[in-house]
Amino acid sequence: MSDTRAGFEFTRALRTEADKIVARYPEGRRASAVLPVLDIVQRRNGGWVTTEMVDAVAGYLDMAPIRVYEVATFYTMINLEPVGETVVEVCTTTPCWLRGCDGIVRACEEALGIGLGDTGADGKFTLREVECLGACVNAPVVRINDDYYEDLDPDRARAVLAAVSRGASPPPGPQTSRAASAPASGPTTLRASAGSS
Amino acid sequence: MLGDKDRIFTNLYGLEDWRLPGARARGDWDGTRALLDKGRDGIIREIKDSGLRGRGGAGFPAGLKWSFMPRESDGRPAYLVVNADEGEPGTCKDRDILRHDPHKLVEGCLVAGFAMGACAAYIYTRGEFHREIRHLQAAIDEAYEAGLIGRNACASGYDFDVHVHRGAGAYICGEEMALIESLEGKKGQPRLKPPFPAAVGVWGCPTTVNNVETIAVAPEILRRGSSWFAGLGRPNNTGTKIFCISGHVNEPCNVEEEMGIPMRELIEKHAGGVRGGWDNLLAVIPGGASVPVIPRSVCDTVLMDFDSLKDVKSGLGTAAVIVMDKSTDIVRAIARLSRFYMHESCGQCTPCREGTGWMSRVMDRLVEGRAEIAEIDLLEEVTYQVEGHTICALGDAAAWPVQGLIRHFRPELERRVVENTLSDDGAPAAA
Repeated sequence: MSDTRAGFEFTRALRTEADKIVARYPEGRRASAVLPVLDIVQRRNGGWVTTEMVDAVAGYLDMAPIRVYEVATFYTMINLEPVGETVVEVCTTTPCWLRGCDGIVRACEEALGIGLGDTGADGKFTLREVECLGACVNAPVVRINDDYYEDLDPDRARAVLAAVSRGASPPPGPQTSRAASAPASGPTTLRASAGSS
Repeated sequence: MLGDKDRIFTNLYGLEDWRLPGARARGDWDGTRALLDKGRDGIIREIKDSGLRGRGGAGFPAGLKWSFMPRESDGRPAYLVVNADEGEPGTCKDRDILRHDPHKLVEGCLVAGFAMGACAAYIYTRGEFHREIRHLQAAIDEAYEAGLIGRNACASGYDFDVHVHRGAGAYICGEEMALIESLEGKKGQPRLKPPFPAAVGVWGCPTTVNNVETIAVAPEILRRGSSWFAGLGRPNNTGTKIFCISGHVNEPCNVEEEMGIPMRELIEKHAGGVRGGWDNLLAVIPGGASVPVIPRSVCDTVLMDFDSLKDVKSGLGTAAVIVMDKSTDIVRAIARLSRFYMHESCGQCTPCREGTGWMSRVMDRLVEGRAEIAEIDLLEEVTYQVEGHTICALGDAAAWPVQGLIRHFRPELERRVVENTLSDDGAPAAA
C-alpha cells in the first residue's frame, strides 16, 4: 500500500521517527502505533492534522482510512482544525473549580483577548477548557503546549501568559516556591531523606 | 502515623535524583535477580500473602489477578499492560511515580511480568503527561543499558521488554478493556467481558492490566516480605497508599500513608487541615470523582480504606480525597462531575451515552433550582437505570456522585427548588 497521498507524504525524517514507534509493537500490529504516529505528524504540522495526513498515516500503518478517522475524531488531543502556535488549556473539573479556576479562565480570556474555544486572529493562541488534567493537588492548573503550570491564581496566570507572549518559556510546575506535590510549607514526611543525597 | 522507614515512594516529591544512580541509592534494583529466583509461584504467593489490592480504584487482589494468567503458553505470548492513563478527577499519584520514581515502576514491570509469564510490558500513559513520559522513557533506556531489562534481564535468563505507549486524551481509556482497544490502535470503547483479559487481552493474547502504583510497590513487597506489608493497615486493607488531598485544605498534597488512617488525621497531619478548621468542613469525596460524596458527620470518624468507606456507601477508589468546605456550592460541585462524565462517555452503550447527558442537564437546572421536587426522585431513579446497565463502569461512575448528593444533600436540592419557585412568583419552574 502506498503511503503517499495527494498533498502530504512521509518525509524520510518522519518515517525514521515513525518506524521507531512501530518497532515497539509486535510484528503485524502496526495499527497500535496510530496514536503516537498521529501525534508526531501533528507536531510537525503546527499542532493539527489534515485529512491528507490522516490518509497518509493510514497508508503508512496499513490501516483502512476509516479506522484512522475513527481514532482521530475520538481522542481530544488530535486536532482536526488549525490551532494557535500556543495552546492554552484550562482545567475546570471540580478539584480545579474548588481552587478558583473560574478566575483563571477570566484571567486567560482577558490576557489573550479570546474566549474559551477560540483561536486569536493572529494565530498566536488557542484557549480552551479541558477536563481533569490529573494534577489536582496543584490546582488550579493550566496546560500550555506540553507543560503544566500549577498552583495558579489570576496574577500568576497572567504572569505566565505574559512571559509566553514575549516568547519566553517560563519554568513549568508550581508557580509558587512549593516542591511538586509536597505540602506548601514543606513535606510532612520523608524529611530525613530530603536533600540528603 | 506511618514512619518513613515503612514508606515505599521515598522520592515522591522529586527532591532527589530520579535517574538510575538515585534510584539504586534508594534501594531500587537491589537484588532483583533474587526476587526472580523466587519463581512465578513464589512471587504470586508472596503478593497474595501481602494482601495487596489493586491501586487503580477497584481494589481487586493483585496476586489473585496475576494467578489468572495461563501457566503454560499455548503458543501466544502474554503481556503485562500498565494503566498509567491517570485521569480520575482528584487523582494525581501515578504522575508522581512516573516522574519521580520511574525505576520502581520499571522494576515492578519486570517482576510482575515474570510472575505472570509475560514477554513484555506496555505502559499506557496519558498523552498530556509529556514530561512524565520523558522521565519514564529515560528510566527504561537506563534499565536496558544496565542490562536490568531486555535480553537476559538482570542475568536471570529471562527476556523482558518494557515499552511506553502514549495515549491522546480520553478518560475512558483508563478502563481496562478500552485501554486494550486503544493499545490496539482503535477507539477507546470497552469490550464486553468475558472473555477476560487473562484469556483474550491485547492482540488476542493473555494480558493483565494493573495500575502504576500496584506494579510499582511489588518489588519492595518482595524484598521486605509479605508479612511486612500485611502488617500495615488493617486485615483485607493492608499496606501503604498514596493519598491525593485536593480542594479546600490549607496545603493540598500527595502523601504516602498507612491504609486505614482516619480521614481527619490524614487531612490534618499532612494537608494542613480544612480551610477554616474542621468545623468548616461540608463534605468530602474520598476516592476520586466517581465515588459518592460523604458529609462531615461521616468524615469525623471514617477510616481511609476499602472496607471502611464501603461501609459508609462510598469507596476508597484511587484514594483521591476532594475536600469541600462550607463555602462550597455542593450542587454545582457534583453537577461539574456530571458534565465530566457526559464529556467522557464513549457513546457505545445507550444508558450511559443518553443517561450522562440527561443527568448533566438536570443537574445543571438543579444548581439554580429550576426543577420540580419530583424531578429529584426521577433523577435518582435514572441513576439506577444507568448503573449496572452498561459494558463498563463509566455508567456507574456517573451515577454514584449524583446518588451520593441526593442521599446526603436532598434538603439543599429541595431548598433551591422551593426558592426558585417562590422567586418565580409561584409559577411552575421552567423545564
